Order: sequence, then C-alpha cells, then structure tokens
Amino acid sequence: MTNLTDLTVAEIRDGFRAGDFSAREVAAAFNANVAAAKALNAFIVETPEKALEAADAADRARAAGEALKPLSGVPIGMKDLFCTEGVQTTAASHMLEGFKPTYESTVSKKLWDAGAGMLGKLNLDQFAMGSSNETSYYGNVISPWRRGGGDNAALAPGGSSGGSSAAISARLCPAATGTDTGGSIRQPAAFTGISGIKPTYGRCSRWGIVAFASSLDQAGPMARTVRDNAILLESMAGFDPKDSTSLDLAVPQWEASLSSDLRGKKVGIPREYRPDGLNAEIAALWDRGIEWLKDAGAEVVEVSLPHTKYALPTYYIIAPAEASSNLARYDGVRYGQRDLPDGAGLQDMYAATRAAGFGPEVKRRIMIGTYVLSAGFYDAYYTQAQKVRALIARDFDQAFEKCDLLLTPTAPSASFALGEKQADPLAMYLNDVFTVPASLAGLPAIAVPGGLDAQGLPLGLQIIGKALDEQTVLNAGLAIEERAGFAARPEKWW
Amino acid sequence: MSIDLQTVKKIASLSRISVTDAEAEAMVPELNNILGWVEQLGEVDVTGVEPMTAVIPNHLRLRDDVVTDGNVRDKVLANAPQAEHGFFAVPKVIE
Amino acid sequence: MSEYRIQGATGEWEVVIGLEVHAQVTSQAKLFSGAATAFGAEPNTQVSLVDAAMPGMLPVPNRECIRQAVRTGMAIKAQINKWSRFDRKNYFYADLPQGYQISQLYHPLVGEGAIEISLDEKNPDAQVKTIGIERIHVEQDAGKLMHDQHPTRSYVDLNRSGVALMEIVSKPDMRSPAEAGAYLSKLRTILRYVGSCDGNMDQGSMRADVNVSVRKPGEPFGTRTETKNVNSVRFVMAVVEHEASRQVDVLEAGGKVVQETRLYDPDKNETRSMRSKEDAHDYRYFPDPDLLPLELDDAFLEECRQSLPELPDAKRQRYEQALGLSAYNAATLTADADTARWFEALLAEGARIQKKSEGEVAKASANWLLSELYGALNRLGKTLEESPVSPEEGAELLALIADGTISGTIAKQVFEIMLETGDSAPRIVEEKGLKQTSDTGAIEAAVAKVLADNADKVEQYKAGKEALFGFFVGQTMKAMQGKANPQVVNELIRKALA
Repeated sequence: MTNLTDLTVAEIRDGFRAGDFSAREVAAAFNANVAAAKALNAFIVETPEKALEAADAADRARAAGEALKPLSGVPIGMKDLFCTEGVQTTAASHMLEGFKPTYESTVSKKLWDAGAGMLGKLNLDQFAMGSSNETSYYGNVISPWRRGGGDNAALAPGGSSGGSSAAISARLCPAATGTDTGGSIRQPAAFTGISGIKPTYGRCSRWGIVAFASSLDQAGPMARTVRDNAILLESMAGFDPKDSTSLDLAVPQWEASLSSDLRGKKVGIPREYRPDGLNAEIAALWDRGIEWLKDAGAEVVEVSLPHTKYALPTYYIIAPAEASSNLARYDGVRYGQRDLPDGAGLQDMYAATRAAGFGPEVKRRIMIGTYVLSAGFYDAYYTQAQKVRALIARDFDQAFEKCDLLLTPTAPSASFALGEKQADPLAMYLNDVFTVPASLAGLPAIAVPGGLDAQGLPLGLQIIGKALDEQTVLNAGLAIEERAGFAARPEKWW
Repeated sequence: MSIDLQTVKKIASLSRISVTDAEAEAMVPELNNILGWVEQLGEVDVTGVEPMTAVIPNHLRLRDDVVTDGNVRDKVLANAPQAEHGFFAVPKVIE
Repeated sequence: MSEYRIQGATGEWEVVIGLEVHAQVTSQAKLFSGAATAFGAEPNTQVSLVDAAMPGMLPVPNRECIRQAVRTGMAIKAQINKWSRFDRKNYFYADLPQGYQISQLYHPLVGEGAIEISLDEKNPDAQVKTIGIERIHVEQDAGKLMHDQHPTRSYVDLNRSGVALMEIVSKPDMRSPAEAGAYLSKLRTILRYVGSCDGNMDQGSMRADVNVSVRKPGEPFGTRTETKNVNSVRFVMAVVEHEASRQVDVLEAGGKVVQETRLYDPDKNETRSMRSKEDAHDYRYFPDPDLLPLELDDAFLEECRQSLPELPDAKRQRYEQALGLSAYNAATLTADADTARWFEALLAEGARIQKKSEGEVAKASANWLLSELYGALNRLGKTLEESPVSPEEGAELLALIADGTISGTIAKQVFEIMLETGDSAPRIVEEKGLKQTSDTGAIEAAVAKVLADNADKVEQYKAGKEALFGFFVGQTMKAMQGKANPQVVNELIRKALA
C-alpha cells in the first residue's frame, strides 16, 4: 500500500476524492509521523485532534455525497506566527508563551474554510527573525538532512520558516504555511529540498499574522511540489478588507493554468547575482537552471540590477525599524508574559518584561531599529534606505522591460551546521542576499530544489516574477522541477 | 558614526529593554558592526529619488463609518496577565 | 486695541501663546477600527482587538473621520492636502496599547489656515484679530488610566483608545488670555457649525495644550512650556495668566524657563511640572507601514465643500446686512450653531405664517429669543435644546403680536402659560379671552373714565406736563385688562385731550 505520508497535496486531495483512502487515515498517518519526530523539534504545539476533526468532517462530507472543498482531506502544518483561535501562538518567543488568541488569522481561516486540517503549530525563528531557526525560545529546529559520509552534525533547516521546511521534508506534513520577510520561505525551502513561494506583497492578508516588518511580510505556502504550492496559494490568497495593504484582486486559478511550456518567455539572468567568490556548486546549478529553462522554450537574456549590493543593508534598516515599532505592543499589559520586579513601576515593568520576553536576536533588531529611527538619524538611515529601496524596485522594473522573469540561486550556500554562524550576526544576514531584493520590491518569487551538492545537501533555484505574475513564476518553477527531477529525501535518522 | 556604551544604554532605555552593564558592553561592538555595514547606503546617489511609499501600487481604502466591532470585553481581556473589574491592571502610575 | 502686558520688576513683559487643540471627531466608529465611540460605556466594552493592539491586528481608516477633518479645514479656509500620510509616534505608556500612536507628522491632511476672533463682545467688528492655523492632522486618542480604584494599581480602560481626534495647531499668534479664550471659543463654534466635533469640553471632546512663553516686547520668542489637556475656555485663560506670571517671576529672579510639559490643577489654580513624563522623549516618527498614503480625489473634496453649512462669520454678516439685526444680536445668535439653527427655524416659520419676508420678522424674532426666551430658559435652568417651547410655537406667538391679536404685555402672559402648560399661543389666547380689542366704543368709554377719574392730572398735562400721557395710556390699558390695542388707545387719548 502507498505510504500516505509520501503523497503530495494534489495526490492526497485526488486520492481522497477517488476513495483510495479516508481523510482520517491520512491525518492519522501524519499525526504518527509528527509524534515520532520530536528530535527535529519542528512543532511547538501538536494538534492531532484538530487534524482528525477536519479529516472526519471531510470523510462525512464525502460519505454524504456533498461537494468537497479544495483542501478536503489535506492536513497541513501552521507556522506559529499565524494566530490560531484557542491554540497557543507564540512567534517562538517566551514573550507570547501561553498566549491563546481569541481570533483566527485570515490566511489560516481561509485554509480551514477550504477544508484543511491543522497538524500543529510549527517552530520558527523568534518573531521570524533569523535564517537558521536558532533564535526560537523553544529550541532549534534540526534539519532532517545530514551531510553524507557519516557526518552527523545537526544542520540548520533555514529560517525563519524552519519548522515548516523541516516538517515537510521529513514528511511530517505534506505542506505548511510560511511567511517571508526577506527570504523566510525561500531560503528554508532551498535548505531542505522543497518548494515555497512568496506571492506579490498584498496577495495574502497579513491580518492575524504576528507582525515583523509590515512593508515586507508576506505569507505563502511551502510544499514538495510547485503544483502543491499553486493549490495552497489559491486558498491562502485573496482580498481582505481588514488589511489596508491587501490587494483587491480576484485570485487567479493558478493550478489550472500551470504549464511548463515557456515558449515566448524571456528569462533574465541578473549579472550582479554572480559576485566573485560565488560558491562553485551554486554557480554550476544556476547554469543548469538556465539550460533547463531554455529547454522549456524560454529565451535567456542578461540583465542588470545595479543596486543589488545595497539590498541587504537597506533591508537591515527598514526591517528592524518597522520591527522596533511593531514589537512595542509586547509590554506585559494586555497579553503575554509580564515581569514585575518588586517595587517596580510601569516603565520598569516594561523594561523587565521585554528583557525577559525577547531573545538576543530580537533585542538586537529592536535596538537597531530604535537607533535608526531616533532623532538626528532618521533621515540618514531610514529615509535614505527608503530611497534606495525605490531604486532597487526601479532596477526590477527596468529589467522586466527586457524579460518576463528572473532566474537566480536561492541562497549563497547549502545548509550549514547549527551554531556555525551564530556568533556573527552579519554572516547570518548574508544568507538572504539573493532573496531580500524581491522582498524589498514586493515581487513574487519561488524557490525550487535543483539538486544536491557534493555533501548531499539540497540546493535551490529562485524565480522572481513581475508583480502579480505568480503564474509565470509557478510555470517556470514547474519547468525546472520537471527537468531537475529532484527526488532526493533525507534518510530517516530521527 | 560609531556608538558608545552610553548610546547603547540610551537605545535600550528608549526600547524599554533592561540591560546589564555587561550586556550593554557586549552590544557595543555588535551594533557598531551592523551599523557600520548598513552605512554603506550613504554612498548611493539618491538625488531626485522619492522614498518608497507603497511596495505595490495600491490606494488606501477608507471604510464606512459603521460600528461593526467591540462588545468583546471577554476576548479583549482573555489573555491579560492581570485584569480586574473589567480593566487591565498595571502597577500604579504616578502622573 | 489695548495691549496685555505683565508688569514685572524689570519692566513690561509680553506673553506669546499658541494652542494645540485636540478635538474628538464626531463619528460612530473609531478611526481605525469598527468599535463604537459613544461616551460613558462600561470599561473596555467599546474595544476591538485592533484597539487592544492584539498581535497581527491592522488599522483600516474610517472615511467619515477623514471627511470631517477635511470639512473643518475648508471651514478655516485652509489648504487641503490631497496627499497625506499617517506616521507612527512611538512611546510606551499604559494607555497606548500599540506602543505607538498613529498620527500625522510629516504630511498632515490640512495645512495652513486662519480663524478670525472678535475681542469686543458688544461690538464684534471693532476689534478683530486673525489667528493663523499651522495645520490640522488626524490621529488616534489614547485609552484612559484610573488611579483611584486600587491602592497599588492603576486600571486601564481602552474605550477611548483609537477614537479619532483632530489636532488643530495654531500659530503662536495670541498675546493675551482674552485672545486665547476668544480663539478657543471661536474654534469651538466653527467645529460645532461644521459638525465635526460636538465641542463638549466637560466630556473631553475638546481639550487644549497651551503653549506659553514670555518676552520683553520686541525681543525674540522666549522658551515655552506646554500645559496639557486643559478642558475649558476659562481654564485656558487661567493657565495663560498663571504660567505667564510664573515665567516672569522665574526670569526676573535670574532663572531660566525650562521647556517642559506642565499640568493644570483647577482646584489650586496653578500649573505644575509633569516630572513623570519628562524623560527625554524621542518619538521616532516614521510612516506607518500598515497604511498606504491617503490620497483624496476631487469628487471627495467637492462633496466635503458642498456639505459645508453657512459658517459663523458669514452668518453674522448676513444677519446684520440682510436681516438688519444689530451687530451684538447677530453675534449672539451666531455664536453657537444650535442657537442659530433655532433662530432660523423661528424666522422661517414666522415668515411663513405672517406671509412676510424673513427680514421683516427678524428683529422681533431676535429680540423675543434673546430676551423673553433666554430669560425664561435661564430661570428654568434649561438650554435652548431643552426649551419647552419650539421655534414653531414661538413663531405662532410672535405672529399674534404682529397682527395685533395680542399686545406685547399680553404676549408675556401667554408665553408664561405656554411654558407651564405646553399649550399653543392661539389656543391660550382663545381660551382665556386675551384677544386684544380695537372696539373703539369700549376703549372710548375706558378713556373717558380714566380722564374723569384723574381730572387733576389732565390739568397738569394741559399745563405742559406731557410725560403724563404715558400714565393715561397705562391706566386705560389696565382698565381694559391689557386687551386694548395700544395704538388705538394712544389715538383715542390724544383725541380726548386735544
């Protein structure tokens, strides 16, 4: 019999509809995998009963001959940045330990309304700040991948959506939600050999997602295939009047329109993404990617994104600035932790609560954000960064006059060992060098696995599209997926 | 621009994050390292460039003036560390 | 114009005043959430998850709040900025759930405008001064802290959190307590006309931050202090007076005025430093990334303009010029939107039933409203809105005087009965038989009797003491129980004495 946890979202959906198996069987199989994978620390809260409840509802609907929903029978993981009613939501922080929202985020509600069931709340970098999942208050997520040759070093699943990436690649869930502020969907996808798409800024409502940097945060799906991403995104996206930055547009039928035929499409190769010293294996994979897209009928052109090198510093002004303000609400008054030293006044309570409730990386970014916004520095840092950001967006506009999509690597390296880059925040920030520019410009971008490096670790390619053109991004992703034939999976050790 | 211990303490205070002297001292080189790196933005010529205001062209929608929310005190207070008589309670504030 | 000067030991000082007025925008729902704004609800019942700044909550602006601020801007002839933005003002306080207030620093909705104030109540056109308005921006109100409910804790009520405020910032153009008071009164009048704020200062719908500095005349501005949340015209004037003389005392003693926030204590009538808020503020303003720029189109602005009512200055001039009212009466009637509305209803109904123009009935209507009705309301301790007599009923009474049905004297009686019973004037006149008579026979008989009874006075009158004419009229009216037509009485007496 088929191993149900090896199925993709599309296969589960279709198999369930065809009567090949019950939704309860699927949910139970994933629940069992989740329960047996504590060593990965991918979940902060497990909700097997929720998964079964949704499955039973799907089974009943099917038995009654009712119309099935788009995700009936499909259990998924929910990044613990999405507020889920009655289920602890922590953003992987001590600050929100025990916080049970009295509301459901728009994106998670859409998924439940589409029939999906929740396997649990997935671990992440604290407040989504990190690229290795080492900043969670609830401990590191361990990648299911290991280097070949008997090296048992614990590797990073990427971040911030590291619980999501680890869980999917370890078959703990067929798909999961992620959020992407500077690469938090794409980089972990690349590290774990799965796919993930950050849609155009404004496609998915931010309402009910714990905010990191408002002008950058976007929710998106993560799964093993491009098709699964298209399926999930259709249920997650859509106009939400509760989010002022939500785009009032109909959701396209991305899955139905999937096509890996790229004839007539021009692929831009940004020359600034190939700096001196680019990892040779990454460079080689990129070249293979170019060939695959040519094979799919696309024409390849070289383009320039001249301000690329300023993207990371721009990001590390804007994101911390917004975060320093967004995280001011965690003050121990209305929810979350409160630390009230003896005899402390209100302001002392704030300082103690926030010192105890935030981890070091979160504090670092709040401090940087506070500094760059402070009197006398605002223009030099923040205003300058928003101007450079405009230039970065303009670079993309100009490149897209010559092409329809861009192909780049997703991350500058394969996964690294936990602890390897923790001592140097800057080295960690450089992980997002290829993903941050699209975030700053709000553009849709997907990460798809392209192959393994010499140590047997996955490497990913990134496709960046024009605003609102998720279809071309997904289609090009599919073209690579079909040609890369990526079938590797981590060997179970947990 | 490089920041000193005093500045780190001031930023921590503005951020309402209490730090020990040792923590503050450790942050000095860390923050200087990051700030020194982002300062390369200063070299970009931004003459005539307007700061970005909207990531994706979009206009601000305005909602109708209708009461659609509220009357959810239980939900509002549900997670409060300390709630009494329908209020949030905090250490006494002297104004 | 007499200048306001403080006499110090070192000479005269001039006071410089600027006001930042926070006016609650009249709206059903809050600025960025759908929770209600009504005053006096149970704690934390008018709070949405957005107002409580729960994780992941987002602001969506209320069109009406923007519209009211734009209309207010138009009413003070200010520049309306079709492109504005919301900024976050970051600070930590228990009444500020987000840890920032959404406000507008860099690009306010309304730019420069002006308000004219009158400094002489009796003669409103005599001393007019223009006070510049720097800007009007829209922002969120904070919640409320209660300090007296528990010995060691303060309680937080977020009902006000997120209610829309307009901050109306004047230029430092005022030079005396009277000017500050007149400015605040005039601003309140305008807001109530426009309908953008109810102006209820005792409910906190309008409160002023009073910036005061002193200088020797002709010198540059001195260091100013800001006294927060002053909630009446009288208190604003008191703050200016006290703060100015305090600063003069400090300076003359060789000290320096500290730029600081102060609080007014109405019980002690003094201001004191708010030490708890003194730690160096750095609000780290930046554009709110949860909101896009606010862009207004021409249709929106046109609707705002079209919906503006006639404003107090224009109305006052019209009352003087088109209705022929005295400057004082015109000013009094237009000082409050509700008074003007009442007056205009009285006028319209009077013109309708008397089949005259509004100008023809205006004077009598104004006099009756300001003397008879106001006198009665004062006695009853009621406001115009609570008047037991409606404008329509008042107009009926005035019409009875105008067409000679009753005399002014009888009208006073009728009005008293109206106030007591709520009956209409025509009905009272009918039932009590108060109709005045022009029956010359009856009046002639009464006149003859009066003159006969007062033969000595008739002698004196004929000898030149003409002032006695009034006496004969009074006696005749009395004999007629006030129901005689005074004109006819006059005529007949004159004839009888000739």
